[in-house]
Amino acid sequence: MIYFDHQSTTPVDPRVVEAMLPYFSGTYGNPSSHIHAQGVAAGEALDNARLSVASSIGAKPEEVIFTSGATEANNLAIKGFVEANADRGKHIIASAIEHYSVLAPLRSLQSRGFEVTYVGCDKYGMVDPVDVGKALKHDTAMITVQAANPEIGTIQRIQDIALFARKHDVYFHTDAAAASGIVPIDVDVLGVDSLTLSSHNMYGPKGVGALYLRTGNRLSCQIVGGMQESGYRSGTENLPGIVGMAKACDLAKAEASTRIELLKNLQIKLWDWLANNVEYLEFTGHPMYRIPGHVSFWVKFIEGESLLLMLNMKGIMCSSGSACSSNLRGHDEEDLAASHVLTAVGVPAEFCSGSLTVSMGKDNTEDEVDYMISALPSIIERLLAMSPLYADKLKGKDPYSK
Amino acid sequence: MLRTNLNLGAERQMSRLHPYSDKVMDHFTNPRNMGEIADADAVADVGNPACGDMMRLYIKVEDGKIVDVKFKTFGCGAAIAASSMLTEIVKGKTIAEAEKITNRQVIDALGGLPPVKHHCSVMAEEALANAIKDYRLKHQGSGS
Repeated sequence: MIYFDHQSTTPVDPRVVEAMLPYFSGTYGNPSSHIHAQGVAAGEALDNARLSVASSIGAKPEEVIFTSGATEANNLAIKGFVEANADRGKHIIASAIEHYSVLAPLRSLQSRGFEVTYVGCDKYGMVDPVDVGKALKHDTAMITVQAANPEIGTIQRIQDIALFARKHDVYFHTDAAAASGIVPIDVDVLGVDSLTLSSHNMYGPKGVGALYLRTGNRLSCQIVGGMQESGYRSGTENLPGIVGMAKACDLAKAEASTRIELLKNLQIKLWDWLANNVEYLEFTGHPMYRIPGHVSFWVKFIEGESLLLMLNMKGIMCSSGSACSSNLRGHDEEDLAASHVLTAVGVPAEFCSGSLTVSMGKDNTEDEVDYMISALPSIIERLLAMSPLYADKLKGKDPYSK
Repeated sequence: MLRTNLNLGAERQMSRLHPYSDKVMDHFTNPRNMGEIADADAVADVGNPACGDMMRLYIKVEDGKIVDVKFKTFGCGAAIAASSMLTEIVKGKTIAEAEKITNRQVIDALGGLPPVKHHCSVMAEEALANAIKDYRLKHQGSGS
């Protein structure tokens, strides 16, 4: 089996598991129990983990808030900021291609009287900082633009947008979940006020994430209770998970150049083969500014889920931007709407159903890419033979003209 | 974001384990009657690429009986499986019998479909209904 779906999640690195193990039954104390040895040991482990995560992104330890994952971190940054800074205005600027964990809190704020301007992007999925500037209003409180897009792989010009936000004294948040552990991050270089990190996107455990919050900013706590995490996030810390995330950050930092080199090579190999060998193929996302190891595309006349199922039958696991498959367990037809990301980059609805995301990881090999390359032609040929649209095309008709 | 919690019973539980039944995967992997009929008595197109699926059905009729049937489908696994299953059900039936075929029969024969994929079976039923309509238009007075 070949796993090419690292944007959905990654396997936990065995070294991460090893680092976590002592914190289940050995050091099981509650970091808030300052008096006894168990609590002190747990507190020390928590401090060390915070230091690791902070140093992996160039932050100070006190600027890292551990959460249950990227979704909670995004909710905390967005809702937490506007609630704690009611005087800063009721207008928010966001990109149109944000993750649901950003879009959903924004929608809930919209229902509470906030106004949100969604800024579009070019055909490569790149948000133009000038467009963000044009959306600015006198009462803009916050700008949120993701660091990288999991579906099409585009890496945004966060630095430029953050510079603009700072100049106009607007809070700037970036969701870096899709960039976690693979795109090097330095919060001071980026100039962001807050940034979301995901652990399970970088070979760490699920159920843990972090929000970086620059000193001087205030957020209102979203999960209230015992006021852990400097009062920003209540609940006894998930210490094994946090230790695991910290180890994953350490490894990502230490191995950054080898991982990036490998993933760029695999990416170029697959990209070049697709570009030269598959007819009717269009890549999605930016050709240069993209997540290493990420290749996304659609093939005219072919539907995405069928392609995904056939690849899966050959033992190759990818994901599809096609809402058809991603929301297969959904409740109603609303779940089958075309991907908001593909729609935003201008892919016509009739082609959105054909998109495929191949996200490779640090343990993938060139042989695995070769295997995918050997499996693809017969799959594509088969699906073309089944497609009434391709039949029309062969007869010289335009199947999309209706 | 309140959502209605639909009680979909056994079918919903099945979809939690694996979205597609073995029967669906079998028909997706080895579609029956896939292709075209050059001298078809009727052809019907249903759906469109913007909705993510489209089916084309060809039928060949002799003495009021559907003697051959073929399909081509652009769509997800469920759409291809439903198309394939429909052709199996239809083959050998008279026009009058074929007219009574419903999407429910297609779903049942496939061992169920996830609720969000029921429209794929509706597409199959509609393709058949439209093909019969096309047949009647072209062959007034013949058939049933």
